[in-house]
Parts: sequence; C-alpha cells; structure tokens
Amino acid sequence: MKVPMSWLKEYVEIECSPEEYASALTMSGSKVEGIENVGEDIQNVVVGKIISIDRHPDADKLVVCQVDAGDGQVQIVTGATNVNAGDYIPVALSGATLPGGFKIKKTKLRGVESNGMMCSIGELGLTKEDYPGAPEDGILILDGEYPVGKDAREILGLNENIVEFEITSNRPDCLSVLGLARETAVTFDQTFSEPDIAVREIGGNAHDHATVEVLDQELCPRYAARIIKNVKIEPSPRWMQNKLRACGVRAINNIVDITNYVMLEYGQPMHAFDLNNLAGHKIIVRRAAEGETICTLDGQERALDSSMLVIADGQKPVAVAGVMGGENSEVTEDTNTILFESANFLGSSVRLTAKKLGLRTESSARFEKGLDVQNVGKALNRACQLIAELGAGEVVSEMIDVDYSHKAPVRLSLRPEKLNAFLGTQISQALMIKILQNLAFEVDEKNMQVTVPSFRGDIEGEADLAEEIARIYGYDNIESTLLSGEATLGGKNDKQLVEDKIEDCLIAQGFSEILTYSFTSPKIFDDLNIPEDSALRKAVTISNPLGEENSIMRTTTLSSMLEVLARNYNHRAKQVRLFEIGSVYRPKSLPVEELPDEKLVVTIGMYGDADFYDLKGTIEELLHVLGIRDYDVVPCQDDPSFHPGRTAKIVLNDKLLGVMGEVHPSVLENYEISARSYVAMLDFGVLLACADRISKYTPLPKYPAVTRDIAMLIKDEILVKQVEDIIKGCSGKLLEDVNLFDVYKGEQIPAGMKSVAYSITFRAADRTLTDEEVNKVFEKILNALETNLDAQLRK
Amino acid sequence: MKQQLESIKGEAEQALANLSSMQELENIRIKYLGKKGALTSVLRGMGSLSKEERPIIGQMANEIRCYLEDKLEAAKSMLHQKQKEEKLKQEVIDVTMPGKRKSLGKKHPLSLVLNELEDIFIGMGFEIAEGPELELDYYNFEALNIPENHPARDDQDTFYINENIVLRTATSPVQIRVMEKSKPPIRIISPGRVYRSDAVDATHSPVFHQLEGLVVDKNVTMGDLKGTLEIFAKRLFGSQSKVRFRPHYFPFTEPSAEMDVSCFACGGSGCRICKGEGWIEILGSGLVHPKVLQYGGIDPEVYSGFAFGMGLERMVMMKYGIKDIRLFYENDIRFLRQF
Repeated sequence: MKVPMSWLKEYVEIECSPEEYASALTMSGSKVEGIENVGEDIQNVVVGKIISIDRHPDADKLVVCQVDAGDGQVQIVTGATNVNAGDYIPVALSGATLPGGFKIKKTKLRGVESNGMMCSIGELGLTKEDYPGAPEDGILILDGEYPVGKDAREILGLNENIVEFEITSNRPDCLSVLGLARETAVTFDQTFSEPDIAVREIGGNAHDHATVEVLDQELCPRYAARIIKNVKIEPSPRWMQNKLRACGVRAINNIVDITNYVMLEYGQPMHAFDLNNLAGHKIIVRRAAEGETICTLDGQERALDSSMLVIADGQKPVAVAGVMGGENSEVTEDTNTILFESANFLGSSVRLTAKKLGLRTESSARFEKGLDVQNVGKALNRACQLIAELGAGEVVSEMIDVDYSHKAPVRLSLRPEKLNAFLGTQISQALMIKILQNLAFEVDEKNMQVTVPSFRGDIEGEADLAEEIARIYGYDNIESTLLSGEATLGGKNDKQLVEDKIEDCLIAQGFSEILTYSFTSPKIFDDLNIPEDSALRKAVTISNPLGEENSIMRTTTLSSMLEVLARNYNHRAKQVRLFEIGSVYRPKSLPVEELPDEKLVVTIGMYGDADFYDLKGTIEELLHVLGIRDYDVVPCQDDPSFHPGRTAKIVLNDKLLGVMGEVHPSVLENYEISARSYVAMLDFGVLLACADRISKYTPLPKYPAVTRDIAMLIKDEILVKQVEDIIKGCSGKLLEDVNLFDVYKGEQIPAGMKSVAYSITFRAADRTLTDEEVNKVFEKILNALETNLDAQLRK
Repeated sequence: MKQQLESIKGEAEQALANLSSMQELENIRIKYLGKKGALTSVLRGMGSLSKEERPIIGQMANEIRCYLEDKLEAAKSMLHQKQKEEKLKQEVIDVTMPGKRKSLGKKHPLSLVLNELEDIFIGMGFEIAEGPELELDYYNFEALNIPENHPARDDQDTFYINENIVLRTATSPVQIRVMEKSKPPIRIISPGRVYRSDAVDATHSPVFHQLEGLVVDKNVTMGDLKGTLEIFAKRLFGSQSKVRFRPHYFPFTEPSAEMDVSCFACGGSGCRICKGEGWIEILGSGLVHPKVLQYGGIDPEVYSGFAFGMGLERMVMMKYGIKDIRLFYENDIRFLRQF
C-alpha cells in the first residue's frame, strides 16, 4: 500500500524525518518497504504567468516571452507554440535542476537572452498518464490561477514523500489512509482525527428511487446505497488526481476517482451503477443461478455458478459482488442518475469467487480479508460528501441501508498480570490501558473488560491483546531472557545418528551428497525399462502439478540419480561419485486414501574409472562401518534397469537390503550417458534395523596365525562365494580369514575354467596351532572342494 | 713379539683409514682378526714365550684386539652412514610435481548449513523431530489455525494430492504431531523438505527446505523467544551481529515477530545486499497461538511456548553468496566440490 505522507498528515501530525518515520512504523507493525521522494530532483521550478509574447527578431520559429515569476520579470525564449499571454506555466529559473540531472542556465538564443525555461510534462518527469490533458511536445499550461513564484512541485503534486507499506493479511483496516494514520498516531502517541463528514443533500428520498433486497444475508451482511442525481462526468480536480497518482491509481473521471479515493481513504471498496440501466430500479443481492453469465467491466464474458454472490437488478446480474461490476450497468458520459453501492460481503465467499473467476481485483483483495461492517455507511457518506463538494452530482437524501449484521462487539478480559507473564515484561496496567485506548479499544477499568473496535476482526483473544500491547510498547523493550525450567536432553536419535554415519562414510570414500526433487515425470518408468505391470508404476499423483515432468511423487530414486549423472556427464566431468539419502513415496492404495509410505533410500551412483567392484567395495565398507556383517550378495538377473550379468541383490536375514549393479546399457542410452555407470539403492529402514551401533571390542590375538595358500581350477560359472562357503564350512572356529588373491583365465587355463587362489589364515584364541591340526582342516577343505565343486587343485 | 703386535696394530689402522667399501672392511677383519689372521697367528706363537712374558703379551694382544674391533665397528658405521647419504642423494625427487590426492566427497551445502544450525540448537537442549512430507490438510493448515478459505492459504501455493492430502507447505505440521505425542517440556527443531507450487526461477524452487523450532513449557515468554533466537543468531553470524524483532503476522503465533539480523556484508550501515536497510530478514517467530496449543492437546492456560521458522536455501544463499537457487538441485559437481 502506497500512501503520500501529506495525506497521512491530514489526520495526524508527523514531526520526524521520513527515515525515523519508516523505522518507527516498521517496529510497531506496519512495515515500511521504502519511502520514495517524488520531485526530489526538481529544484527551483516555480509558477510563472506569461505577460507578453513577442516575435524573435532573428528566428521565425522562436518567440520571446516575458514571464512574471514572482521575484521579478524573466525573459524566456521558446519554440513552443501552445502558449498565450495570461497562461500560468511551470518555469525553471536559471540554476534550476530537472529530472535526469538537467541544469538550466542563462543563455542566448540567436542573440536574444533567455533566462529560464518553460517546462513540458516530459521535462518534469511526468507522463501523459499523469496529465491526460497536457500536450506531450508543448508547454504544460496549468489549469487554474496560482500565486506566481510558488514552488511548482506543490501544485503538480511533485513534492511528496510516498511511503510504501507492507500490510499483513490480518490488518485489512490498514489498507487505508485512515488506518495507517491511526497506527501512526498510536506509534508516536499523537492525536488521530477522522474527517468530518457532512453530506450536502438536495432532499427527496433515496427509497423512492430504488429498492434493495438482500437474499443471502450470510454472504452479504450489509448493503447500503445512495442516489446521485444530475451527474456531471468530468475530470476530478488536480488535488485529487495528484493524491491518486501518488497511491499508484490512475485518474479516470470524477465518479471513478471518488470511488477510488474513498477506497484508499477508508479501505471500503464501492461501486457506482447507472440507475437507469438497473431493471426495475432494483438491487437484488443473491447467488448466481447456474448458467448465468455476466460481461464484466474488463470486457470478459464470465460464467457464474451458484456459489457466487452477484448484485442483480430485476432481471440479470449487474455485478459480481465485491469483485467487479458489469458492463451493462456501467457509468458513462451519458449517465444521469447513479446508485452508489457500499456493502459488506463475506470474505471467504469473495475469495472463492475471485479465485474461480481468475479475477483478483483491488476490491476483492480487500473484501477477502474481512472488512468492517461499520465502515459501510461512513465510506458511502464520505463519497457523497465529495460528490456534492466537487459538483459531480446532487445527493438525494436518505440512505438505503439493509443491515443484517448484528455482530455484538468482541469483549475480552484484560489481565495485566497474565499478559506480563506471557510477554516476560513488567508493563504497568495504566500503560496497557492507554495503549489499548489509543488503538480505539474501549476499556472498562472497573471490570477490566475491553471492547474490540469493529474494524479489528483479527482480535479474538488474550494473545491478540498481548501482541497489541507488546508491539506498541516495543518488542525492543522486552528484555531477552534464557530458557529456564526443566532441562531437556536434546540431541539426535538413533535414526539421525545412523544417517550421519552413512553420510560420513560415503563422503570419506569420495562420494558427494546430492539433493534432488521428490517429484518426477511418469515417463521415467519407460526410460528405466520398468515393465507396465510393475508396482513401481503405482505412484502418488499431484492433482495440480507445475507440469507433467513434476507430476508424480517418485517411487524410485534411480531416475533422479541418473539425471544428475547425465548432467555431469554432459558437462564432461570425468569421474563422478555421488550419493543421496532421500525418500521414495509409495501409496498404500490407489487412488490415495491415507498418507503414503515414505521410505528413505540411500542411493549411490558413479561413473568414470569405476567398475562393479568399486561400487561393491564402497558398500562393503559402508556395511562394515554400520556393523552389518552377515549379508549375502546374490546375482540378480531380473532387474530390468540393470545389466543382467553385473548386478546383485544384497540380502540380510531374508530382508532385501538393496540392489547394486551396472546400469542397463539401454537405460544409459535413454539418459544419454555413454560411460558405464554403477548405481546402488539401499533401503535405509533395513540398514537402520540391522545396524549394530554398539561395537564390542575383541581382544588382540595372543597366539600366532598359520597361513596356507591354495590354488585351484574350477569351472568358470562357479561363484567364488561357493568356494568360500566350503572353506568356511570346513574350517569351523579356527578360520580367521579367507582372502581371494588371484583369479586368472586365459593362457594355460583350459577353456571354460578359471584359476582362483586363496590365502587362508587359521588361528586359535587359546593356543598355538600345531601343523597337524591345520593339516587336518586343510585336507578337509581340499577334499570338499574336489568333491563338491570338481576343483582341480594346483600344486 | 711386542713389535710384531705393534706393527699389526699400525698396519690395520692404516688399512682402516683408507677404507672405501664394506668388502674391504670384511677383508681387513679377516686379515687381522680372523681365525687365520695376523693377530691369531701371533697369539699362536705365545708358547715360545716365558711365563713372565706370556700374560703381558696376552694382555697386550687382547687390548689390540679390542682396540681393532672398536675401530672396525666405528669404520663400519661410518661406511653405513656414507652409503645412506649416497642413497639419499640419488633419491632426490621433484617435490613440486603434483601430489596423489585422495579427495573426500562433499556434503551438499544445504546439509552443511543445516548441520551447523542443528548443532547450535542441540547445544541448547533441542531434539530433532521429523514428520511426513505428504501431510494431511488438517496438520498442514487447520491445526495451525489456518481454516479453509483463510487468506493465508493464498500465501502458500499448495500442491494437492487430493482434498485431504497435501505436500506440506512448511515443516510446522511436525510441531502439532510432536505436541500430540509428547508432554512439555518440548524443545524441538524440525528441519525438512517443503513444497510450494512456485514456478522455478533464480529465487523460487517448488521444493525447498525449512527449519522450524518449537518450545513449550510452563512460563515460556516473549523474552525467552528473543533470548534464544539472539543466541542462535550470534552463533551463526558472529557475536558482533545485532538482531531486531519486528511485529508481523502468522496465523499460528500470537504475538508474532520477524527477526532481522544486522547485515553481515556492511555491518548495518546499508549496502546492496541488505538493500540499504542495514538489516536482513532471517526468520519468522512468535509465541504459539493458544488455539494451536489446544490443537496439540496442550492447555494454554498452563503452558505457553514459542515457535520459529526459517528457509534454509535463503540462509545458504546469503552465507555463500549464491545467486541462483536452482544450483542446489542441479548437483553439478563443479558446484558441489566448492563447499
């Protein structure tokens, strides 16, 4: 909300600098976004009156003017052709500055001295919008007589500090000059004076001219109207135009301008109808019938429905209540009689209607916040007062006022002790009462009851009173204290600690953390080769997404990871190692009825100087850090997103911990990555459940270990895990470690076979092992390998 | 015989003085001290000596043996030393060649700052509470005193799954869930992802992160709110930072305040970063609205509390001077590696 300071000053004294004003109002709750000083760059431009105009002796296109500028006569040479003797014009005297840093100096034009410049709107930084009547390439002729020598900025409304406020949605009363003047007065402990309203009436009775019927009293608690006869549409006076312009509102004509002026002043939107276009001279406030339409003032045909409140005449809707008027009843040049509406509409209804119509107006934005019913009559009379004063029309006596609002004022107990305890202050009862009274609350000191003013719909309880008192007392004046009371433990829980551990472990292994969107495109399933009937395709859908590419909640993190790998690949990053701990969202049922499951997934992705075993090693280390030991790695050929020969499931106590592998080449093609890429997705829930967070200490061995090496030829398709299982199974407790140190295929090895070599370490905790003991175990291993795997031992 | 011994000593000393290799050293040892060496052969001839001479010569021979052995040992270690030095000389490398660097991975900048914030609040006895991102309308709005058709719903453009389920627009619903489940004293922070249907641009992302906090106990005051958040600001922005609390409006707190911190770029004198104001808006806060306490099952006549919330992306952007929010979700490693 933009307000010129001069307008505020009509109702409250402001003595401080604009900066101090901004800071004080900000700290009392009306945040000042900025103060714009209009006309700051215009200096020494005064009102002048042209006394005479003579031809230039040496130039056909120039004239020599004698101008009375108050402080003596000034000779000015100009090329303008629209000036006449007797005109009042803005004169930039020698030494004047104009917008753009332009300086005026004494000069000679074709030998004739010129000691100033008469200004056009452009030279004063104004536009045709500001001065619709003024020529763009001629001198601005002032519309009236003014004292010569007077600072022209004041007449042009260019000497102004315009304050821009950010008003919170709970204070629609502050979307008005009067509301802000009241806040100003309370902030500086000054007197606030409302305008005196006295309407000059011509007699008669409005009720004889029109009738008003309100059919929906809930959506329209009050509807007031007055009748204006003999309307004369013309431009509004300069002072009104200047004020409107300062508030960012364009001047149109006297009736529209008055409507806007009063809306700015009182915060009450109003509307003027051409009475002769209201069928039966009737106003009926009702819900729209299904299928009804209206052409609004912006020229749009709009379909209405029964949730919307309209202002109708005897036959048709003539306005969408609180949103916009209709073309059919618009006030025009030919209008003779006006019905002036000032009403109160239910905020939520206006909000919904505006939303449905996609038509948010200055009026609807105010109504939807809930306006003061008591303001309806005041604002209407203020508008009528201005109409009469400006000669825009004649006001018929009496106001039609259909008032169904019988809201009793809100009364609250004032408990100073409780409020002080709440705020942590020692504000005196007297000061509390004074603050509230300044804010227009009535205080019954005997019963310690306060009555909330009607325009403060936001005040409902004691906490609201606390805020009122605190903000005027000053938040800065509340002493900061430390939390007292029972101590709390604080800290992270197991889940959060495990998360930290995972992050730390992956970061230490060179993986960087990424964060990706939780929603994605339904197209990813095709990109990931996921079959039509896969459960992964059952995703939670957003009903109002930003676009299809972000329309479902992801059921897998694979695509997010691949997109990031692809982006980096595209930027020619050679080696990329990433991880994300993020959620997937799985609906319990479709359509969604209850909150979906949110499962955290640890996703690891890499390409560049990497193979399957790099990924596996990373995960082995991660599981080791988490104290997870006895898991199985099982080849996985059936995950359609992964390479069938280079992918494994990790299984722990029959629970699937996750999958890791090389991404399927055709999936990589879809993501336009031409490097083998490796991704693992681990179920965080299983990791958390299985993580052993209390690692126990194992005493260091006292007795020496015995190491035996073994090399064998086995069939290529035998997994080393099968070999290891046999070694482990035969060794019992004595086995300390099985270390695969060589796998070889090629020369000297028969086709279809491979040579594997292990180093096996035995140790007993309580004695030095004898050769016989070790030999016995070793023999057993060799036999088992030969028998079960057909292994040919190499000696 | 004495003379013989003396000359052996002399010869051996001479030989040791001109020593150049380990092999030579060994040869000298064998020549003079070996089983068939000079000294041994002298001692073998001791039989021809008189009883009186024998111990004298014997002692002398032993002394010479010891003497030579020490000398040999000394020469040996000197040789060792020389050889080492020689080796070191040969092993000179160009230390200005690049190192073999093992890079750590990096935390995402949002996590980095989040951890910093978490540590500050954990130090003040806060726990970290979490809740679902897909949230019931009830928890996201109604229980936070934002009934249907409340204008505040317009401020938070919401993604809907259906009438009752939304993508949470703030982490505040976690506050209600915590209040429902636990008894005061409550001190929690709830960091997490939130969603608003803002089109993506340099300052808007439909996914972003918030960190909110809630304290509920007996006798919690506005002064406590100020004190706690002041400590937070000073720990995050440095002890020289000043804060101010401005009245504001949030449906779920009353009184409400926004906290500004003195601009860390200019120190409060006004610059481009703070738009000349000297202050930068950091967070929203307030005493928990009595209705919200009631929704959480807590009696506002007995307990009071305060809550606060801040946008993580904004903090991180200010801290590192990042101008485009999209960078956080693009995950370009050239970006990630800078933190």
